[in-house]
Amino acid sequence: MYDIQHYYEAKSVEDAIRLRVEHPEAVIISGGSDILISIRSGDLAGCSLISIHGLDTLRGVSLDPDDTLRIGALTSFSHLMKDPLILEHIPVLAEAAGKVGGPQIRNIGTVGGNVCNGVTSADTASTLLAFDAEAELQGQKGKRRVPLTAFYKGPRRVDIEKDEIMTALLISSKAYKDYAGCYIKYAKRAAMDIATSGCSVNVKLTPGKDAIEYARVAFGVSGPVPIRISSAEEAVQGKPLTEETIELFAEHVRAGINPRTSWRASRDFRIQIQLEMARRCLRRSIERAGGEIVG
Amino acid sequence: MESISYKQITFTLNGKTVTTSVDVRLSLLEVLRDTFGMTSVKKGCEVGECGACTVIIDGETYDSCIYLAAWVDSKDVLTLEGLMDEEGKISDIQQAFIDEAAVQCGFCTPGFIMSSWKLLSTGKRYTRDEIRRELSGNMCRCTGYQNIIDAVEKVMNERLADN
Repeated sequence: MYDIQHYYEAKSVEDAIRLRVEHPEAVIISGGSDILISIRSGDLAGCSLISIHGLDTLRGVSLDPDDTLRIGALTSFSHLMKDPLILEHIPVLAEAAGKVGGPQIRNIGTVGGNVCNGVTSADTASTLLAFDAEAELQGQKGKRRVPLTAFYKGPRRVDIEKDEIMTALLISSKAYKDYAGCYIKYAKRAAMDIATSGCSVNVKLTPGKDAIEYARVAFGVSGPVPIRISSAEEAVQGKPLTEETIELFAEHVRAGINPRTSWRASRDFRIQIQLEMARRCLRRSIERAGGEIVG
Repeated sequence: MESISYKQITFTLNGKTVTTSVDVRLSLLEVLRDTFGMTSVKKGCEVGECGACTVIIDGETYDSCIYLAAWVDSKDVLTLEGLMDEEGKISDIQQAFIDEAAVQCGFCTPGFIMSSWKLLSTGKRYTRDEIRRELSGNMCRCTGYQNIIDAVEKVMNERLADN
C-alpha cells in the first residue's frame, strides 16, 4: 500500500484545474513511474495526489490546422515510438522514447511527466528541446504556451502555475520540416537505466545537400536542466559537410556544456563522452538528412 | 471536491467481469494477489524494475506494482492464470519454458511469460536481440537469460511455421 494522504481523481482537464486550486499541496500523477517510486522511497511519502491518469483526451499525437505537431501530455513513450505522425515528422523522438527504461515503463510513463519532472536526464526532453518544442499549459485563465527553454527553471522546478496542468507539447512545422535528427543515450546498461548523458542533434541541409542550413543540439545531464548549445548551432550554420565542420561543432559544444560530477559519472568523463556524442549525433543526422560527409 | 478513500472498480480479469471496492492507496499488484488470489503476480522490487509483477492491461504490459488499482476500472487485465485453456492446459509459452529449462527458482517466470505473451501476440518474427529488447523490463537472477530466449524463440518459430 502506498503512503498517500488524499487521493483526488480528475475526470476532465477543467476538473484537474479545479482540484489544483482547491488542493495546492497535492502532486499531479499521470503515469506514476516517478511519483509512485518517490512515495515508496519516502521522498514523497504521505503526499496527496491529483490523478490525471484517466484524462484520455490528453493522449495521442495530432496535427493542428497549421501543421503544428500536438503531442498530448499523457502520451506514453511506447505510443510515441509507434505513432505514425511522429515516425513521419520526428522519428528521432520515437528513437529517444525507445531509450526510456524498459517496455513496461514505456507503457506507463508519459512524455508530459518526463518534462514536468524537471530532471536533466529525461530521455525525451533533449530532443523536444532541440526541436524548439513548447509546453501548452491550461489553467483558470485559459491556455498559454511556454518554450521548453523557459519552462525549465532549475532542477525539479518547471514553470507550472498552481492552477495549471500541462496539456500538450507542441512542435511547429517550421521546427520539424526538413530536419533529420539523432539521439544518443549513454548509460551503463542498455535498458532500465537512467542516462549518464544524452545528446540530441538535428540538421536541415541546404537544397543541394552540400552544407548545413541549420543544426540544433541539446544535451541531458550537461547542466542542472536539459540545455541547448546555441553557439555550436550558429558556428556550423552554412558550413560544408566535412569532418572539419564536425570538429568545429564539437569545439563549441565543449565551451557550452557544464556537467557535474555525480555518483553516476565524473565531470571529466561526461565532458569526454558528450563531445563524442555530439560528433556522432551530427554525423548521423547529416546522413539521415541525405547528406554525405567528405574529408 | 472531496478526496476519495475507496473506489468501486469493475474490470475484466482473465475474461471474467469482476467488481470490487479498493482502497485507493493499493497497487494493482496487491489487489490482484490479495483480493483475487492471482498469486502468479509476484511482488518483487515494488518499484517497477524487476518485472516480476508484469500483467497485460488492454493489450500492453505493465508493472502492476506501480499501477494504482483505482486506475484499472473498465480495463481488461490478463494474468498468467488467464493463459490456461478451458481444459486446464497450460499455454505453448509455458510448455516451452519447461522444455527449454527456462525456469530455475521460478519467481520471475510469470512476468517473463506475460512479456513473452505480448511479443508473441504480434505474430512478427524477432531476432534474438529484439527478443532481448522486448524482455528487457524483466529480470532473472538464475538462468542467465539464454534459455528464456530459447523458449520464446521456439514458440515464435512453431507459431510462424503453423501459419
